[in-house]
Amino acid sequence: MAIAQIPLEDRPGARAALRRNWNLVWADPLGRVGVVLLAAIAVIAVFGPMLFPFNPQAVGRTAADILRPPSAHHWLGTDELGRDVFRATLSGSRISLLVGLLATAISILVGAVTGLVAGYYPGWPDSVLMRITDFFLVMPTLPLVIALAALFGQSLGIIVLVIGLTGWPSTARIVRSQVLSLRERQFVVRIRSLGATDLRIVGSHILPNVLPLIFANTVLVIAGSILSEATLAFLGLGDPVHVSWGTMLHFAFVSGATGRGAWWYFLPPGFGIVLVVLGFTLFGHTLDRILNPRLRGRG
Amino acid sequence: MFRASYLARKAGQLAITLFAVVTFNFVLFRVLPGDPLQLIARSGHLPPEALARLRALFGLDRSLPVQYWYYLRNLAHGQFGFSFTYRRPVSSILAERMTNTIILLGAATIFIVLLGVGLGVFAAARRGSRADSETVVTALIFWSLPTFWTGMILVFLLGVWLHAFPISGITTPGAAYSSWWDQTTDVVSHIFLPTVTLALVDIGQFILITRSSLVDVLTEDFILTAKAKGLSRRNVVWRHGVRNALLPVITASALYISLVVGGAIQVETVFSWPGMGRLIYDAVLRRDYPILEACFLIFAVTVILANLASDLLYQVLDPRVREA
Repeated sequence: MAIAQIPLEDRPGARAALRRNWNLVWADPLGRVGVVLLAAIAVIAVFGPMLFPFNPQAVGRTAADILRPPSAHHWLGTDELGRDVFRATLSGSRISLLVGLLATAISILVGAVTGLVAGYYPGWPDSVLMRITDFFLVMPTLPLVIALAALFGQSLGIIVLVIGLTGWPSTARIVRSQVLSLRERQFVVRIRSLGATDLRIVGSHILPNVLPLIFANTVLVIAGSILSEATLAFLGLGDPVHVSWGTMLHFAFVSGATGRGAWWYFLPPGFGIVLVVLGFTLFGHTLDRILNPRLRGRG
Repeated sequence: MFRASYLARKAGQLAITLFAVVTFNFVLFRVLPGDPLQLIARSGHLPPEALARLRALFGLDRSLPVQYWYYLRNLAHGQFGFSFTYRRPVSSILAERMTNTIILLGAATIFIVLLGVGLGVFAAARRGSRADSETVVTALIFWSLPTFWTGMILVFLLGVWLHAFPISGITTPGAAYSSWWDQTTDVVSHIFLPTVTLALVDIGQFILITRSSLVDVLTEDFILTAKAKGLSRRNVVWRHGVRNALLPVITASALYISLVVGGAIQVETVFSWPGMGRLIYDAVLRRDYPILEACFLIFAVTVILANLASDLLYQVLDPRVREA
């Protein structure tokens, strides 16, 4: 345990750093808007479906129930099967967020491990891993995701895997470049000379210093993952059982809601996507400006 | 302009990447899905003789390495297989569709690059001002829009509600044109909404990259020198600033190609634009794998070549990199 007692020049107390960074985010107008948006959406996704449960089987009985404009009974009208759009939108928020968060978890895990290993072991591990990373970086993401989802099916699990396993290369690059500079710093050299194992150096000393950067990146990747899911679902590759905002928009498009002017059907899920993605983007950009050493101190 | 050794290394890397993509494509579409006969037959109830004949017809009775060899040989001859649903060679379908996608993406790219760089310069030159922060916020909002949804909104507002623009296809069905001018205006009115959709969504990152790059350059010493010489503000920003700030924009253009290819799939779907994106959407709905496979390969190769082009362009424009 003696190793942990060595003063680490660039590691202030974790709790103090957290409070300072939080204050910086809150002081930034864009960051504050992002945080407020995300908090509101979290509340809606958690409590909305509890208060207004959505029953996908509750289809309309007559033709008059179909694509009805908003009324006192259906606050946001009905869809092409006569179901309540307001309730469907609330329930869709959970699916969209769930897929976005789970896919991001996979992306960040794969990206961070790749970046840590590649950055810490120059030589062949670095070149092999970076060749693979560059290969996936130049692959056009949407066609790749479409091909994978079309081949392997349309369950929520497959969609999470497909988006997660295609979204990691940028994270790997960012983490690697940070590790490259950290591994030559004084405190790492000292710890190494004391005989610490690689696992210990990376786990207890390099990772904590990369973590803020990974966190900022995570927030931005979530925005991308949610957009990917929405696009995939819009193209008809969503899970037909668990209806997300993208799936709703797919059915709105296929049933001709745009042509019939049924704005109450295609506006709510779209605004849902935009507000969530905007929330994560604003929060992520602010975090990136504060936590990314390359951007720090720039306007 | 380039050293021979540099070009040789780049060519080698390109060959390896292309080979990797082609192999990846083979594994993805031919090996992973299991029995391709199920995909061709689309039912499990074929008599064994019919199955055997299909197997022989598509060369599936050979070993995997032999199939791989056939696959490479066909690709070298520009053969992408046979479409399940169109019942025609994929290459002839692609030949019809590719031009339309190139027209759409070309129009959108001109818009995006000119406006994006212009607005980025506008914001950076006024760094910290109200106009600057408003530009940044607008760019972030547009960046958050799903492309397909933006298209649906424009269809609704400008097509269905105001009847200002046609909302699907590339020409008016059944139109007889009295002159080439009539035909051009018809195509332009059809291309307007898809182009605007792509431009709105993809312009944000060009604005942000140009802005942050120019903000960096404008803090350099030579800018101070230029100002001290008494050059006009416009001269300092454009001749000394923007010229140097455009390098990161070129790197970003390669990523843009990958992004805009995804945008094309969405926009062509919404506006029934008869290009490769709409082809992919239809192929997904009908599970026409040979078409998906060919489109994926073409898009991947395009993005790889675009990356190479941006690397080479960077070399030409930045003498510091050239010497290194």
